[in-house]
Amino acid sequence: MIGLGKEKTLLDLRGVTRVFRTGLYLGAAFRAVDDVSFCIREKTCEIVAGESGSGKSTLAKMALGILRPSAGEVLYKGRNIFRLRGREKKEFKREVQPVFQDPYETFSPFRKVTDYLEATVLNFGIAKSKKEAIRLIDDRLRRMGMDPQEVHGKFPHEFSGGQLQRLSIARALMANPRLLVADEPVSMVDASVRVDILALFVELMADFNMSVIYITHDLSTAYYLGVQTNAEIVIMYRGECVEKGSVEEVLINPLHPYSKMLLDALPEPNPQRKWTSRARLPSLTLKEFRKTGCKFAERCQYAAQICFEKRPPSFYVDNRAVRCWIMEEKGGTP
Amino acid sequence: MGRIIELQNVSAYYKIGRELYVRAVDGVSLSVEEGKILGIAGESGCGKTTLIKVCTASIKPPLTVAGGNVFYYMEGKRIALLALNEKELRRLRWKFFTLVPQAAMNSLNPVKKVGAIFSETLRACIRSMDKARIKEIVHECLHSLGLPSEVLGMYPCQLSGGMKQRIVVALATITIPKVIFCDEPTTGLDLVTQKGILQFLQEKAKAANSTLILVSHDIGIQAQVTDILAIAYAGKIVEIGPTEEIFARPLHPYTIKLISSLPIIGDRSSKAGLVGTPPSLIRPPQGCRFHPRCVLAEDICERKEPPLIERRPNHYVACFKSGEVRG
Repeated sequence: MIGLGKEKTLLDLRGVTRVFRTGLYLGAAFRAVDDVSFCIREKTCEIVAGESGSGKSTLAKMALGILRPSAGEVLYKGRNIFRLRGREKKEFKREVQPVFQDPYETFSPFRKVTDYLEATVLNFGIAKSKKEAIRLIDDRLRRMGMDPQEVHGKFPHEFSGGQLQRLSIARALMANPRLLVADEPVSMVDASVRVDILALFVELMADFNMSVIYITHDLSTAYYLGVQTNAEIVIMYRGECVEKGSVEEVLINPLHPYSKMLLDALPEPNPQRKWTSRARLPSLTLKEFRKTGCKFAERCQYAAQICFEKRPPSFYVDNRAVRCWIMEEKGGTP
Repeated sequence: MGRIIELQNVSAYYKIGRELYVRAVDGVSLSVEEGKILGIAGESGCGKTTLIKVCTASIKPPLTVAGGNVFYYMEGKRIALLALNEKELRRLRWKFFTLVPQAAMNSLNPVKKVGAIFSETLRACIRSMDKARIKEIVHECLHSLGLPSEVLGMYPCQLSGGMKQRIVVALATITIPKVIFCDEPTTGLDLVTQKGILQFLQEKAKAANSTLILVSHDIGIQAQVTDILAIAYAGKIVEIGPTEEIFARPLHPYTIKLISSLPIIGDRSSKAGLVGTPPSLIRPPQGCRFHPRCVLAEDICERKEPPLIERRPNHYVACFKSGEVRG
């Protein structure tokens, strides 16, 4: 797989599962994330793509140590993050920083944005005094192409969505992180500035020797960031990782029927290349919580008997992990 | 094919204080032909939704129409929409035009079963039809949207967001209106459901020769679905023309940037976004509203407002420098 260089492993998710129990379904267990594994090395980018309800945000919360997995473990530099205590725990919290979807929710409308930047610097003991903190903040803002004079003393509503998202990234950077976990960081930003924020991630990875987990529902931004960072992509469907491999390979030549269906439904901004097939609308959402077999079987046009009976393992084919029985016929190894 | 709807110099402002207005729609003129699919694209806060509100006469304070006219062409007659009273409007709604509002899935009556919502809507429009025929129409419509007939016996809260949205879309097309307005009809839905809903709308509109007006910030959707595309920026229409023409030969600097900054799978080139931020609509910039962010801006752009001019057949653009863009 990609990034198999000498770089050390930073974060390692091993068979992570999260079960939510809800009274609504008569106490039925709902597996929001089901046996997902991937690892991020230093200075690499990992992309997690999936539709709403695929469990990608739950996965992000577990990677950040906010949510405990029901099974499996999350290792940071080889240690289980939920067993860290004291200084080590603080170190983890500093080195793994989140960037959230809605920048208007990240910042309280009643506080100046620089308050957040300052608090981050002081809380993690990166600067000793307020003066030093401001110097650091100004330095980071400049490196992100923002004028510190335009930021100081302002409240969140005085910025546009794109600027505020940059500040949200700047806040995360104040902690000198090794890993950013960015959950849908550009989905609330206007299309015409999206590419610039994605480019910022690429620059920052190089400048700060940082890794990024980019979580998105948007496959075209996943591709854009992915090819520039030589990233690995994880395609999620109902809590499972259905396909994992290099961005270029998975998005250009998808193997799992679900990945194929997603890419086929993508509206390409080119009227010369309109949709050629009809959408197969999911009508069986009522039977959502089926227990056996492949979770995609009902919607899959290639589904065979085995798909309804036995859950497929991940098969390894051409440098990829694909959770589909078809791959067994193609000579994949479980 | 004649005109079905025409906007003449429409302005609609939100009153936010004494003599203080958000000029969400400012001097917009356009006309749409029968049976066409018109897309309105633009970024958040450019006035797309306000424009739809004016076109459907859903104007409530603080929104006020500051000027202009909206005309519907109905059986050879010209109707001034904004002059109609509530009773006359009710006669047009559902029969002549329908609206799928933003976040439409929440607009279903929560205490009525889906079946009751359907029969109520249909009965209000088509008085002379027998029950069996109505049932047939509803089932056919649900089937083509991939919904099982059981949903008719369910309450909206028992359905997923995507299913509710499909029901709203079904309702908007089932009365076979002449004009269907859709405001971000698929935002927040997954890709496959989105494609299904858009294909359904497209087919229904074409089959009944209805006009579809589709507001979406998603340029990909506009490219896939629309015949004619209007690009809105800061309360103005800056460019309008046949969709293929807009993508092949965009003339306004804003449109050019908007299209060229989109990431596309398979395209490895690095792209640059638009610098600056959208202007305030309370005090919009003098002259062309795009000039503070435009790379081609000159003196004239700061002083004078560019008119919408036909630069190529059916392709209109509001820019003094549009001839030089593709140098």
